[in-house]
Amino acid sequence: MSATLLAVQTLNGLQLGILLFLIAAGLTLVFGVMDFINLAHGVQYMLGAYLAVAGYGITGTFWGALLLGLLGALIVGLVLELLVFRHLYDRDHLDQVLATFGIILFLNEAVRAIWGSTPLTLPMPDILSGSFELMDGLRYPVYRIALIAAGLLVAAVLYVLVTHTRAGMLVRAGATNAPMVAALGVDIRRLFMLVFGFGTMLAGFAGILAAPILVVEPGMGDNLLILAFVVIVIGGIGSIRGAFIAALIVGLVDTLGRGFATDIARLVMSPSAANGVGPAIASMLIYVLMAAVLFFRPTGLFPARGG
Amino acid sequence: MMKRMLTAAVAAAALGLTGLAAQAESLKIGFLATLSGPPAALGEHMRDGFLLGVKQAGGKLGGLDTEVLVVDDELKPDAALTKVRGLIERDQVDILAGIVFSNVMMAVYKPIIDSETIFVGSNAGPSPIAGKACSPYFFTTSYQNDQNHEAMGKYAEDAGYKRMIIMAPNYQAGKDSLAGFKRYFKGEVVDEIYTQLGQLDFSSELTKIAAAKPDAVFVFMPGGMGVNLVKQYAQAGLAGQVPFLSAFTVDETTLPATQDTALGLLSGAQWAPNLDNEANKAFVAAFEQEFGYVPSIYASQGYDAARLIDGALKQAGGKADKAKLMAAMKDAPFESVRGDFSFNTNNFPIQDVYVVKAVKREDGKYATETVEKVFDDKVDAYVGECAMN
Repeated sequence: MSATLLAVQTLNGLQLGILLFLIAAGLTLVFGVMDFINLAHGVQYMLGAYLAVAGYGITGTFWGALLLGLLGALIVGLVLELLVFRHLYDRDHLDQVLATFGIILFLNEAVRAIWGSTPLTLPMPDILSGSFELMDGLRYPVYRIALIAAGLLVAAVLYVLVTHTRAGMLVRAGATNAPMVAALGVDIRRLFMLVFGFGTMLAGFAGILAAPILVVEPGMGDNLLILAFVVIVIGGIGSIRGAFIAALIVGLVDTLGRGFATDIARLVMSPSAANGVGPAIASMLIYVLMAAVLFFRPTGLFPARGG
Repeated sequence: MMKRMLTAAVAAAALGLTGLAAQAESLKIGFLATLSGPPAALGEHMRDGFLLGVKQAGGKLGGLDTEVLVVDDELKPDAALTKVRGLIERDQVDILAGIVFSNVMMAVYKPIIDSETIFVGSNAGPSPIAGKACSPYFFTTSYQNDQNHEAMGKYAEDAGYKRMIIMAPNYQAGKDSLAGFKRYFKGEVVDEIYTQLGQLDFSSELTKIAAAKPDAVFVFMPGGMGVNLVKQYAQAGLAGQVPFLSAFTVDETTLPATQDTALGLLSGAQWAPNLDNEANKAFVAAFEQEFGYVPSIYASQGYDAARLIDGALKQAGGKADKAKLMAAMKDAPFESVRGDFSFNTNNFPIQDVYVVKAVKREDGKYATETVEKVFDDKVDAYVGECAMN
């Protein structure tokens, strides 16, 4: 296992981490700030991708698709907030889980009814469709660099918004003691609606950016939702910083595990046994990591709330 | 009181009689397919192919008024089991057909066989059913699961590839796939990569491939995983350099998503839309006109299942004599869209297998096209274990 290979796999891991962060950021924001478990986050990611594909059909460019996809994701998110989520903020987590799980089923089938079951695609923008040689025989798409840049940008914007703006301050205050903030004359419902709309748009944004490299199909967000929950649990629920670092860790652990677990297993056992053991270990690693974090730091690596 | 009971009895008898009369003239088929969840596209192709076969027979397979009950197995063995019991006991279907996935097939196989209901499979062909657990009630118009993987193994061997990387998801079908490939490929397998089921990002695996520089790769990545892999394979610049062989990865169910990135990639298949025979030309034209998309092997197998039932009913003179109908089935009295087709002793097909290539047709739609025939009259590897003859 050469140094180049290790470096390339590390880059692959960071890039997967950024993609996970894009999805987890909105989830942790809504969960942490509003104390609302939104299982529908994964389908909102899917909707972003589908709306972008539809937007591409209308405008014929990636950028038009991005714009229409974001707009559509925001509108759908706000409508859902108005019709469903708003009535669940004061209910306990189990009710929220049940209701948002229903939304998963509903939206997955709705997408199938509208766009069909056959997987779809969103082409890359021409300007980002090039690639450069990363190592001998392996090229690295410019689009993936753009994805990393977009992820870092989102992280920076979120950081500034939450910690350095008045809206961010209200959000943090609302999360700590909503009745008190309301008593001070802030429209807490509207605030939550804004946070929720923003979270939805982040999910949609992730879906749109992922669409050119991943498949667009009904249920595409369901697997990712599990990974996103792993990320926010490791990072500490509600913490943007925690989500960012945890996403990178999960991306790295998963990629390096897949890259090297079988090779390492081969050092200590027969090749055929290693072929069985390696992948099994690789697929467990992030969950083992999560269990370890929960054991030693039950509130995650970077708990958002004091105490 | 007495009179009323008498009336009721007469009415019941009359109903019973008409019921019998109707039964003699009509045919009820329970068709199982996975129609929800990510792999629903496969089930839809298969169902559409089957329904087209029924429609072309004027809604009368073998001259009998045919009712098809399409049921979604949800890709859940337990749900499929409940639904199959319902079809057999409540709906009293004459024939069961369909089933995309082998795990579903294995879950419902025994209840179907025990109920002595004729089953005409149109995709899943797990090895136990071809071998030790074979049954006279089971027929399939698809393949034994290993067949298309074996074809690619033979193709790779014949092409003179010496070093290969082979890759599949880490579950039973993935392991069977790679075992089938290795049955015919005798060169060195540099690395045997098992990925997670439902994996999204393949950059780690692609890096391994680029580093090892094999003569070619063989993969089995059905559904969305295949779309992700094919796109990323092209984006990593490997598409032109390392030949990409596959089975159940690049077909008409995934080509709408992979589009140009899949062009030129090779797969093993017993059928392609361009196979040159009259039955196939008519089928492909009718299918595209009816449903507006290019049929896949799943659609062709569904269509053949309906044609087989039609032909067997005609030869047996109806469904009344089940033994006669089963004997007629075994003769495969229909024109398969894949050309040569006959049943082996285990009721699995003896058929030719091809290497097919993804192309963009003149009308801009994506499809697979035959490149060369790998096996002539391929017999599956398990028929020797089947006690039937």
